[in-house]
Amino acid sequence: MNNYEILLMILVPALVNICLRAVPFVFLGRKKEVGAGIRNVGDMLPAAIMATLVIYCIRSITVSGMTDNIMTLTSVAVTSLLHIWKKNTIISISGGTILYMVLVHIFG
Amino acid sequence: MRKREVKYAFVKTIPILFSYIFLGMAFGIVMYQAGFSFGWAVLTSIIVYSGAFQFVLVPFLAAGTSLITVALTAVAMNSRHIFYGLSFVEEFRSMGKRFPYMVFSLTDESFALNCSTEFPEDMDRKNIRFCMSLFCHIYWVCGTLFGSVMGQVIPFDFEGIDFCMTALFVTIFIDQWRTASSHVPAVIGLGTSVLFLILLGADNFILPALVLATAILIFYGKQTINKEEVLQDTADRNERNGHE
Repeated sequence: MNNYEILLMILVPALVNICLRAVPFVFLGRKKEVGAGIRNVGDMLPAAIMATLVIYCIRSITVSGMTDNIMTLTSVAVTSLLHIWKKNTIISISGGTILYMVLVHIFG
Repeated sequence: MRKREVKYAFVKTIPILFSYIFLGMAFGIVMYQAGFSFGWAVLTSIIVYSGAFQFVLVPFLAAGTSLITVALTAVAMNSRHIFYGLSFVEEFRSMGKRFPYMVFSLTDESFALNCSTEFPEDMDRKNIRFCMSLFCHIYWVCGTLFGSVMGQVIPFDFEGIDFCMTALFVTIFIDQWRTASSHVPAVIGLGTSVLFLILLGADNFILPALVLATAILIFYGKQTINKEEVLQDTADRNERNGHE
């Protein structure tokens, strides 16, 4: 491939991404304020999306082996417990991640 | 923009600092190993700016896959981003010159930050939002540059560092759960995700899950919304706008 082709292969997905992210802004709230219905859904969606993103991150549990799943789920549980207990984002994230990295290093 | 707003934004992005630097580095290393110079890697991270998809793009680049395949894969992998803007239509639109950048930089992580951050009364939340999004982008690009220049000489085994993304979303989910007036949206999101994960598998579940969750929330919103709430909401918003 020449440089021009490589550039195109980077520009095309860049454009796709911008278009996807812009969809709600193109269709909503351009002329007047967005309606109460949309606003209501917009306020409720983050909680639903965050739940989806958590599942998205651990989606491989449907295809991975037992050891991988135990490592993942243990680390998620420890992160959650740390967060419920200490209420400190940095502690929860570093605690869970370090645990996961150690587990992967030993059993992975 | 004031110094303490920048500092406040920086502190909020620290969890993402670690994950983006290391994942960006991983992407840089993968690009290097596929034979692309750091210029291509950095350019990709600046303009594509989309975690998982960038890793999928590397073998495409190496093999010279057709542009149609590249475009369709990008749509399939990133269509969840369509939903992120719904919560920020008015907020981002009111940010003037910074509005297009806020839309462009709406990744999973910057979306999560923009949802979860509380803004002190005496600071301009638009400045903070902009700084948070910009910082995340900078971390991602710096990580990429670092990874592609350092190549394979990085001495430490970083396997598993990507768990910090999972951990970030878990902590935000718990924070939202704690402060939410209703747990219905979280439960709906969880329910539709698990349902479609079981039905459709790991690669295809996210879009149908989000579509169904949004549909249920629209229906649920219509059921619960009543005139009083609408009036109260409008009053709150006018008050808030008045303060800015």
